[in-house]
Amino acid sequence: MRYIIPPPVAESPSRFVVAAKVGELKNNSGKIFKFGSRPGLLVRLADGSYRAFSAVCTHLNCTVQYRSDLREIWCACHNGLYDLEGRNISGPPPRPLEIFDVHIQGEDVVVTRTA
Amino acid sequence: MATLYRRTLNWLDERFGAGSVEEFLRHKTVPVNRHIIWYYLGGMTLFLFIIQVLTGILLLLYYRPTPNDAFESVQYIMTQVRFGWLIRSVHSWSANLMIFTAFLHMFSVYFLKAYRKPRELTWLSGILLLFILLGFGFSGYLLPWNTLAFFATKVGTEMAGSIPGVGKWLLVFLRGGQEVTGATLTRFFGFHVAVLPGLATLLLAIHLLLVQRLGMSVPPSVERAIAEGRTPQRSMPFFPNFLLRDMIGWYAALGLLGGLAAIFPWELGTKADAFAAAPAGIRPEWYFLFMFQTLKYLPAKILFLEGEFAGLLGFGAAAAVWVLVPFLDRRIGFGRVTRLFTGLGIFVIGYIVVLSALALR
Repeated sequence: MRYIIPPPVAESPSRFVVAAKVGELKNNSGKIFKFGSRPGLLVRLADGSYRAFSAVCTHLNCTVQYRSDLREIWCACHNGLYDLEGRNISGPPPRPLEIFDVHIQGEDVVVTRTA
Repeated sequence: MATLYRRTLNWLDERFGAGSVEEFLRHKTVPVNRHIIWYYLGGMTLFLFIIQVLTGILLLLYYRPTPNDAFESVQYIMTQVRFGWLIRSVHSWSANLMIFTAFLHMFSVYFLKAYRKPRELTWLSGILLLFILLGFGFSGYLLPWNTLAFFATKVGTEMAGSIPGVGKWLLVFLRGGQEVTGATLTRFFGFHVAVLPGLATLLLAIHLLLVQRLGMSVPPSVERAIAEGRTPQRSMPFFPNFLLRDMIGWYAALGLLGGLAAIFPWELGTKADAFAAAPAGIRPEWYFLFMFQTLKYLPAKILFLEGEFAGLLGFGAAAAVWVLVPFLDRRIGFGRVTRLFTGLGIFVIGYIVVLSALALR
């Protein structure tokens, strides 16, 4: 039985990642970025500020996206909605999205996993 | 031709007693009554399964089960290999038709009460075969490594992962790791072309053996009419009468498959990207739509259970009842039809149709 379960793969130790370049995202838009082995979501709000979340839906693991028409985060798989604080507000998701810190370093938008 | 057939049969008979097979086939009969149309569905499903095996073998000549190559190899089959588009489209259409006829077969057996004594094990083996066919559908869906399949697999395996106790183990077993990756593709390919065909062949042999041993069921209403002398007991030889009728159906199915594949070639979609958002309008194959739609309606929490686990528990309990129907519907053993079980069947069909239609809106 042990043979059929693969050995665990070590997670990337990196706690931060350059998610985008400054000016890459328009106001009221979002972008999926790679954070270790999982996707993250960087959102530039209408006022130009940034927020970043895990892009993994807490319902069944689909990858969420930013809906500029709703100004909310949406999961296409089962119609789950999160607000821009990452809180699950509608549909089946049981928990909020994980939130990351966002900093501007020179030309880079850097996303850091909170401790 | 007839002489060649007779000489071949004699040759085989001298060595293996093959004449007894012909003799056996000549004595095998099929009941004739107003429900006879439903008797052809099992053979039709078997025919489509054979089409699957043949076209699957042809696809194996070019398909490469790695995340870098899978999508491109299917694209190559569809665009470069001569008649590749036809083989792949027939494989996909035939898979869907096969599951459709298997569902029809199951419901016809259910409503004609053919699961009653002594055919309980025929029902059980048939239901297990249907589960295997659904497994074929689920594992085969991922193989082209396109976006829809990627997210459908994510959702499907995550549902398995939500089962308390064994869920985490099951998720890693199915995915070959924590995430849907190339390891998942390799595993699903193995399930699709080795594990499931092996299990299907074994179960099919048992199922056919049971059908052979017990013969085809006559519905209780026809049995009563025969017993009361309202209708005569009629039958036809399986070979060649019933088999030839079967073959007319298979020929029509082959024509339908060719037509569907030519007019509506199976789409390939876009290549899976683990770092892209799930696209709008995402949905699984039609035979999983009712479950998919149910999950949309379930709230995050139902009492103390997570919504998706409660849903899974509900479907598991419903499947268990369905599988055990021959043992739960005791009155039918005495030829008495229970309205409860007929109603249950109508409810199940209604639920599947309505929820699937809602998912397609």
